[in-house]
Amino acid sequence: MRDHITLQVARYRPEKESETTFDEYEVPCPKDWVVLDGLNHIKDKLDGTLSYRWSCRMGICGSCGMTVNGEPKLTCATFMADYAPGPLRIEPLRNFPIIRDLIVDLGDFMRKLVSVKPWIVRDHEKPVSEGEYRQTPLELDEYKQFSMCINCMLCYAACPIYGLDPKFIGPAAIALAQRYNLDNRDEGASQRLEVLSEHAGIWGCTFVGECTKVCPKHVDPAGAIQRYKLTAALEEIKTFFMPRGA
Amino acid sequence: MIKRHPEPLLWMLFSAGGVMSGMLMPALLFLFGIAFPLGWLRPPTTEHMWAALANPLVALTMFALCALSLFHWAHRFRHTLYDGLQIKHLEEVIAAICYGGAIAGSAAAAYLLWQFR
Amino acid sequence: MAQAPNYTAYHPRWLRRRVSTYWWLGSWSYFAFVLREASCLFVAWFVVYLLLLVRAVLQGDASYQQFLAWSARPAILLLNITSFLFLVYHAFTFFDAAPRAMVVHIGKTRAPASLIAAGHYLAWALASAVVFWILLGHR
Repeated sequence: MRDHITLQVARYRPEKESETTFDEYEVPCPKDWVVLDGLNHIKDKLDGTLSYRWSCRMGICGSCGMTVNGEPKLTCATFMADYAPGPLRIEPLRNFPIIRDLIVDLGDFMRKLVSVKPWIVRDHEKPVSEGEYRQTPLELDEYKQFSMCINCMLCYAACPIYGLDPKFIGPAAIALAQRYNLDNRDEGASQRLEVLSEHAGIWGCTFVGECTKVCPKHVDPAGAIQRYKLTAALEEIKTFFMPRGA
Repeated sequence: MIKRHPEPLLWMLFSAGGVMSGMLMPALLFLFGIAFPLGWLRPPTTEHMWAALANPLVALTMFALCALSLFHWAHRFRHTLYDGLQIKHLEEVIAAICYGGAIAGSAAAAYLLWQFR
Repeated sequence: MAQAPNYTAYHPRWLRRRVSTYWWLGSWSYFAFVLREASCLFVAWFVVYLLLLVRAVLQGDASYQQFLAWSARPAILLLNITSFLFLVYHAFTFFDAAPRAMVVHIGKTRAPASLIAAGHYLAWALASAVVFWILLGHR
């Protein structure tokens, strides 16, 4: 029973190289260690120059997404013992520009997220004196699944369409738009429709379904997108036949 | 103001075509592509085929099947070429060939089926 | 810095990778997806086949028999068997995907996805039965 595992970690040092190289490290492999523990061990004991993002180490902050043996995974939720005897290949998240080592730039997603207005949009705000917006458990269930998104970007790394066409708005942005569209307190569906019904919005998706497969929080972005395609298409038909408002 | 583009309509045609082809083609293909040629079942006579195709409901269903299935192919194939082979610079040419082909096929289907009335 | 950097539009040193043309060979799920997309080619082929059949019937008994004989040729038979397999794959993936787009509410609660899928399969069985009855019935 091996107690160590070899990690092949992608390195990219822009000040001295123009391509990714791989460095190998031998790290301990107790059965409760996750990949993140291995990376922390490298940083603390073996090679302090390794750069990577992490935070909560419990699958809620969405910082530690990386490509582990070719698959997008949260490194805080992936046990190294499952890959014994290894070697375990760790690369940065696919489809994003690499800044350094395992760190990618997420600016594209951040801009796209803001464009879908991921907040409650109301035509008229109720005054505080009238009390809170009430919601039954059934109304909560309508959008609850989509609210579980932790913005970890594994879905963007898995989506071949996003890799091929960076203008594609992407799974998480659409799922988060749906989270608000389906929230009965929200009145902003038509505003989001403008952004989402563009060519690079929902219509770029061909339902590969990889996004749902890799999502660590079971958000099912693929389902959100297909559902929204039907909604948007029906809206289009409505405006075609009743252009002055349904 | 939503910029108008035909994607929603094309997607609806694609979906309708997917449903039609999924529902009707397996049985038809099994009979006319496998069972009859292999002699597992006796094919219908020419008179029987004429009678069936002369039925307006059958003819209409056949037209819908052919036309919608062609649009299903056109939409899916166009996206596959676009994504799979990354031929982005030929985007308009591909769209014209795919949807043009679907329109041409639908016209051929309409023409042929109309002869049976 | 050893040499002058090669500037692109901001962030010249970020590494941007191109997706390979063979990305779909990268995993089984990607490959299964491309197979599903490829099924549309066989859908189109069968439309052509159906239209050839209709035209043969239109031209009379002789051409209809000739069509049936042609459909028994090994190459055509192989093509149609392959098409049948792809078409069934298409039907399964399409009917399983339909509930993701169609969310139906019964009263206030959502109908389970399995119910929507079951509805599609039932319709498929009914449609196939009708096809069999029209073509094989009362001879």
